[in-house]
Amino acid sequence: MNIGYYPGCALHGSSNDYEQSVRACLGALGVNLCELDDWICCGATAAHSLNHKLAVALPARSLAIAERDGYDDLLAPCPMCSAQLIKARTALARDRALREEIAATVELPLEGRTEVLNLIQIFQRIGLERLKSRATRSLNEFKPACYYGCLLVRPPQALRFDDCEHPTSMETLLSELGAAPVEWNFKTECCGAGLTMCNERTVLDLSHKIISNAAAHGANCIVVACPMCHVNLDMKQADIERHYGIRHAMKVYYLSDLVGMALGLHENELGVNRHFVSTP
Amino acid sequence: MSNESTNTPKHDAIEQMARELARDCYQCGKCSAGCPVGERMDVVPNRLIRLIQLGHMAKAAAAGAIWECVSCQTCTARCPQNVDCAAIMDALREFSVLRGTASPEQNRTVIFQRAFLDNIRRYGRLNEVELIGRFKTKAFLNDLSIPMLFKDALLGPQMIRRGKFHLRGEKVRDRDVVTRIFEKCNQ
Repeated sequence: MNIGYYPGCALHGSSNDYEQSVRACLGALGVNLCELDDWICCGATAAHSLNHKLAVALPARSLAIAERDGYDDLLAPCPMCSAQLIKARTALARDRALREEIAATVELPLEGRTEVLNLIQIFQRIGLERLKSRATRSLNEFKPACYYGCLLVRPPQALRFDDCEHPTSMETLLSELGAAPVEWNFKTECCGAGLTMCNERTVLDLSHKIISNAAAHGANCIVVACPMCHVNLDMKQADIERHYGIRHAMKVYYLSDLVGMALGLHENELGVNRHFVSTP
Repeated sequence: MSNESTNTPKHDAIEQMARELARDCYQCGKCSAGCPVGERMDVVPNRLIRLIQLGHMAKAAAAGAIWECVSCQTCTARCPQNVDCAAIMDALREFSVLRGTASPEQNRTVIFQRAFLDNIRRYGRLNEVELIGRFKTKAFLNDLSIPMLFKDALLGPQMIRRGKFHLRGEKVRDRDVVTRIFEKCNQ
């Protein structure tokens, strides 16, 4: 299966462990990722906070490239990217004048045909039965708190994925592979996202609450499908522990890490050895 | 329109957009109730929206709250009137930055986001090392905070050890088109 791939800046930068994981896991499933030629940054929070035109034009340029190169589907494993791409696509679909204006701005014809998929949707597309048939190892030692954060499910008006208040797609997937996901309260609460550098206090507070709630409900790890959630919950966990004087030692996996392990891949092939919180 | 004499046509366009977005709000307060950072806000989201409805855009945009907002989209997701509250927060930030009304502490976020966009304008993709360098330098010149300057300094070596730093950064081939997109969007 060939699929268009929009890595985004994080997966080509400090979250390259996520890219390693996604590539290894999907590779084992026979999915060939075709990286979008000369893709540009989606603009992320900076664009939508400071310039509403850029917030549409930047993702629209990449959508137009995907369309030009004939991709029907585009995997964007970073939810910031996928949400920006989908929001742009939605805005363009309902407004012909805007579509023409943006096509002129990004200097490529643009109809908004390419469908943008998150990581969970790729697994759904492959199919649970096929995943199960390829699994060589049960995930029965894992009791994950499946953490969706914000942009996998919100705003539902644009994303139309799962239930935005009580999503269960990751739980369904991981249960099929033998894991025992816990019920908990913070699966769609925000971790503070891109404010890590400039408003750390907020990030430490929100992420501490998320990890604490997962632990209180008996989780032995948290599973994410977002590079920013991973940064705040994993890389910043030592800072959270120092700030609150508490030891969490909560491992944080990408969804593709656990699926990959079920397929028989070693942790190191998936980049798990490059996470900050290590197995106790 | 607010009758602020400092408003430019660009301000007026953003205010118009914000008023349009805020039109259907009937003040149920669900946005503020579900906001994960509401307790840190000086003016909570439903009150910001009311200020916009009453024509006090500049007052709303001067609230520190708009820089506490984490853009989690919970307000938008839960609004019974389909008001895109998160987009209103964006409009307030855009308005505030045009006006230059952020306080030094809030200004850190502005500095970060400006440095981020400047980076994208030049390379088409994010160069994290350069972004961090620029942000730290400019933030230090803004508030002279030494702890802020050295915060996360210890993370650097740990990230290098894990192969997480891309020292050179990536650039897209067609950087001219990126520059032109920025020019058109800044008009």
